[in-house]
Amino acid sequence: MSAALGLTAVIVVVVAAILIGAFGLRLSRTTSDFYVASRTVSPLWNASAIGGEYLSAASFLGIAGLILAYGADMLWLPVGWTGGYLVLLVLVSAPLRRSGAYTLPDFAEARLESMTVRRLASVLVVLIGWLYLMPQFQSAGLVFRTITGAPPWVGGLLVAVVVAVNVLSGGMRSITFVQAFQYWLKLTALALPVVFLLFAWYAHGKPALGRDAPPVFTDAVSVAVSADVTVNVERPVAVTVTGRLDGRRMSGQRVTLRPGPHAIAHDTTVTFPAGTPVPHVENLPVLTDHQWALPLHSREHPLYATYSLILATFLGTMGLPHVLVRFYTNPDGRAARRTTLVVLTLLGAFYLLPAVYGALGRLYTPELLMTGRTDAVVLTLPGRLIGGAAGDLLGALVTAGAFAAFLSTSSGLAVSVAGVIGQDILRGGVPSFRAATLLAVTVPLVLATVARSLAVADVVGLAFAVAASSFCPLLVLGIWWRRLSTAGAVAGLLAGGGLAGGAVIAVITGGPYTGWTGALLAQPAAWTVPISFAVMILVSLLTPGRVPRGVARTMVRLHAPEALDLDRGDWRPRST
Amino acid sequence: MTPKTPERPKREVVTSPRTTAARRPRYPVTMEIDEQTGLGEVYMRSLVRTQFRLALFVCTVLGCVIGGLPLLFLLVPDLREVRLLGLPLPWVVLAGLIYPAFVVGAWLYVRQAERNERHFADLVERQ
Repeated sequence: MSAALGLTAVIVVVVAAILIGAFGLRLSRTTSDFYVASRTVSPLWNASAIGGEYLSAASFLGIAGLILAYGADMLWLPVGWTGGYLVLLVLVSAPLRRSGAYTLPDFAEARLESMTVRRLASVLVVLIGWLYLMPQFQSAGLVFRTITGAPPWVGGLLVAVVVAVNVLSGGMRSITFVQAFQYWLKLTALALPVVFLLFAWYAHGKPALGRDAPPVFTDAVSVAVSADVTVNVERPVAVTVTGRLDGRRMSGQRVTLRPGPHAIAHDTTVTFPAGTPVPHVENLPVLTDHQWALPLHSREHPLYATYSLILATFLGTMGLPHVLVRFYTNPDGRAARRTTLVVLTLLGAFYLLPAVYGALGRLYTPELLMTGRTDAVVLTLPGRLIGGAAGDLLGALVTAGAFAAFLSTSSGLAVSVAGVIGQDILRGGVPSFRAATLLAVTVPLVLATVARSLAVADVVGLAFAVAASSFCPLLVLGIWWRRLSTAGAVAGLLAGGGLAGGAVIAVITGGPYTGWTGALLAQPAAWTVPISFAVMILVSLLTPGRVPRGVARTMVRLHAPEALDLDRGDWRPRST
Repeated sequence: MTPKTPERPKREVVTSPRTTAARRPRYPVTMEIDEQTGLGEVYMRSLVRTQFRLALFVCTVLGCVIGGLPLLFLLVPDLREVRLLGLPLPWVVLAGLIYPAFVVGAWLYVRQAERNERHFADLVERQ
């Protein structure tokens, strides 16, 4: 990819975001403006805005990378991220809108009439938000390094600063139109190159991926390793190395790599002859193309991992803090349902694309399996397959889409997290919100630089698992079950959020783990979600005296159509 | 308007069936709900139950399809090898067909949920 064009694309997106943020200041400021504006927003615009905010780096870059590395099992990830909206639609969307809650802590307070539950929900929102922001910053670093060669923290810092400026100026976020535009930009940035990529693939005689062997370098190729990696070599191979191999400095020497692990330092170039099997980075499984194409092959305990992933994604979507706020923009519960239906359609259209990138990446950019940077596949493919000015332009378009993904998702998350920190943890008011914004952005930025580098979609998957084990039971039981008690909600949130959160900390700070421990920690949802539901239900049944007194009125509020003239109680969300 | 044929009985247009006289003025259901009487509770519980059954039905179908697919691939390994349009069946389903299926399911749900609400509104507002 041309560095100049890529950089231009990044600058254009960043400047546009800042400008819109600055002008947005005058357009919209408070929750009530947001609310009033909603009357004129159609479900299509609203749904585009939800899509624009929802499609993060994990969707734009991460899925294709994971599909390249692990194959068919990873197809469940986009399926779950779309299907989660179907579950959200049938269980949550209309009652949630009718509750009038603006954030998850608002809902907790409205339904359970308890400040304890509200505070607990606030802490969980902050944790989930940070966990979701961290990989966005990490991927921004990856993208920035791919185009400019800058150290990985630069890109993360860039995105963090732009997001902080935007959130502090109060723009970007509240303008539905901007987030809606982000969706269409991301869709175009991924869809347009696919057309060209498929033409190129067709012109190459439609090579298939059915061989019973791991990927090979089809031509002689020089692989530039940008970060330290340890790779496993399967067969002896003569290579030329410039840089540092197994601790020895080399400058263009020919060496024979013996089977086994080899440490390649950063900024090393290794040239392989044609036909060499691709050495895989140590934490990726070596799969034959045939195994790769079929489900239940990739990771340890694949059946457990698949089910746990399904549970986390399908149930976690409803608990994401930045998604919920958008539902407030719907005029009523009926519109909330219709909007969700359109969101499903838009996401379904978008998620048809990453699989194509993943499969083409396996064919044309197998060296990513060696550098371990599979998340870069979407950025690398256009230049590799198309080349020339067209390839550069498409590469720039994809880069712009990726930065749009970082900025829109991070802004949405940062506002949600900052709002909750400012209002529920600090004192409230404008100075608190400013301090909260810095806190909301800095913590994940620091995490992004110190944490173990994991695939972006994996970390986002963990955020879904925490949401599924804490907010999913709270929302589902809160909306449909009258006997949910305050004590039950607290116990369930603590048990589910605590266990899933513990697993997340273990994965991010320690490991890599292997065997059942690894599977249970990397995909905790399959055990934390049932525990959370069970604790919430059992404790509620044991403490019937702690059922909120206004539950009957709240049920009217949540479920009765707005057209009916009914007393729905007088609870209102506190305005920021 | 004099009748030309006196043997035919005169037609009479009935304009008021006097239903108000036949029916006692009733306490509106919205008031029953507002005051949380037993009757109001029955109405509300019936609405919540209807909507919950519908949601549960959709979730069950979804659970069977989504939960069944990995199991199907595990128990019938030959199914993984089946090719449709040149692509392995799991890819055709998971990277393609499942998305329109979601949309159709969601559309049917929205239609039914709105119908349930209209039915409830008719019930409550019928005096």
